[in-house]
Amino acid sequence: MIDFLKKLFGHSGSSSTAKERLRLVLMTDHLELAPDMIDAMKRDLVDVISRYVEVDRDKIDVTFEQQDKALAMLANIPILSVNRANGQPAPSVAVAASAEPAPAAVATAPAAADAPAPIKRKRRRRKKAKSQGVAGVPETAPA
Amino acid sequence: MHLRMEEKEVPQTDAVRAKLGRAIVITSGKGGVGKTTTTANIGTALAQRGASVVLVDADVGLRNLDIVLGLESRVKHHLLDVLEEHVSLDDALVADKHSASLRLLAAAQSREKEDVDTEKMRALIHTLRERFDYVLIDCPAGIELGFKNAVVGADEAIVVCTPEVSAVRDVDRVVGLLGNAFKPQLIINRLRPQLVKKGKMLSVEDVNAILRLPLLGVIADEPEIIVATNRGEPLALREDAPTGAAYRAIAARVAGDDVPAPMPSVALTFFERLGSMFGGKRS
Repeated sequence: MIDFLKKLFGHSGSSSTAKERLRLVLMTDHLELAPDMIDAMKRDLVDVISRYVEVDRDKIDVTFEQQDKALAMLANIPILSVNRANGQPAPSVAVAASAEPAPAAVATAPAAADAPAPIKRKRRRRKKAKSQGVAGVPETAPA
Repeated sequence: MHLRMEEKEVPQTDAVRAKLGRAIVITSGKGGVGKTTTTANIGTALAQRGASVVLVDADVGLRNLDIVLGLESRVKHHLLDVLEEHVSLDDALVADKHSASLRLLAAAQSREKEDVDTEKMRALIHTLRERFDYVLIDCPAGIELGFKNAVVGADEAIVVCTPEVSAVRDVDRVVGLLGNAFKPQLIINRLRPQLVKKGKMLSVEDVNAILRLPLLGVIADEPEIIVATNRGEPLALREDAPTGAAYRAIAARVAGDDVPAPMPSVALTFFERLGSMFGGKRS
């Protein structure tokens, strides 16, 4: 309802797009990570996860979020099936996550999250790694 | 501080000051955000307050500060003439039309930024600080040699930013290059409150959530600024102009007065009031 009214009264402009782009571009500026470096990081991350589960490479979404002074990397990786028996039932089909921001709490645990927040009938799994801050390079989760 | 230039080579009409004046560089990284207009107006407003002010156009090759001040016909010599000791400093300083205590040192139009000797520039700014309360240096766009030469003699910085992704990014870079030594302060220029309210422009809060700098003030994007530039009369002179008042408030803050940072506002329409009641006001 409120969202509808906000839309009605013109509260959904392009400034949020500008803010998001600015945040991302400054993040890469400060990290001194070029976009292709981030792509490479994404690739490596997926390679590691792929050793354990089969993921949908085309629908991977990696974003960065400023949380107070720290920078958090949020990866949304749809899982197609589990390759190895590790106690988790394999979801039949994972659906690409929406672009909505991740929950505020960022898991610092490096292991793959075993609390995949299932949303309605869709299953998805969030993998989170927290970086050391502006100057730090985000750590990819070890397998 | 290296002083290669002998002080006695600069004839002095004013008495040498007991305390050095403040050298403030006005910079932004990105071009076209309003550095020159800002420099002219803060300089004018400071001079109108009675301070002695010299404006140095460090944008060698693209001289513009003289135009904004309406002094283009009075410029006979320029910065490089002084640095290369072709003329005395006093011969090169142009008296302002409107403010008795305001001087301009114009940039060379037909020279290049690489022609400026960094150490001589540093010495010149120091000499100017001995004679003026304020030395305002209009920095060229970019972060190359022109930027370095504009910054070298300054001890403070004012960064000008427009509410655009590219401008904020560039200011972020420039502030990183300057470091904390210059105590950079922020002016947000060309804000359109109506667009901000509609969520179509970054707000002051959005910009400064990223830059996190002390805010000197916010200048709205007003047609009167264009008119003033057309005429070569800084708005800071105009008592009736809202933007002029904003520049005077910024100058007062630069001078250390405890006045609030100027902030443009728009009246809410009925529907917007209604909208903000339901949706929460986003400025």
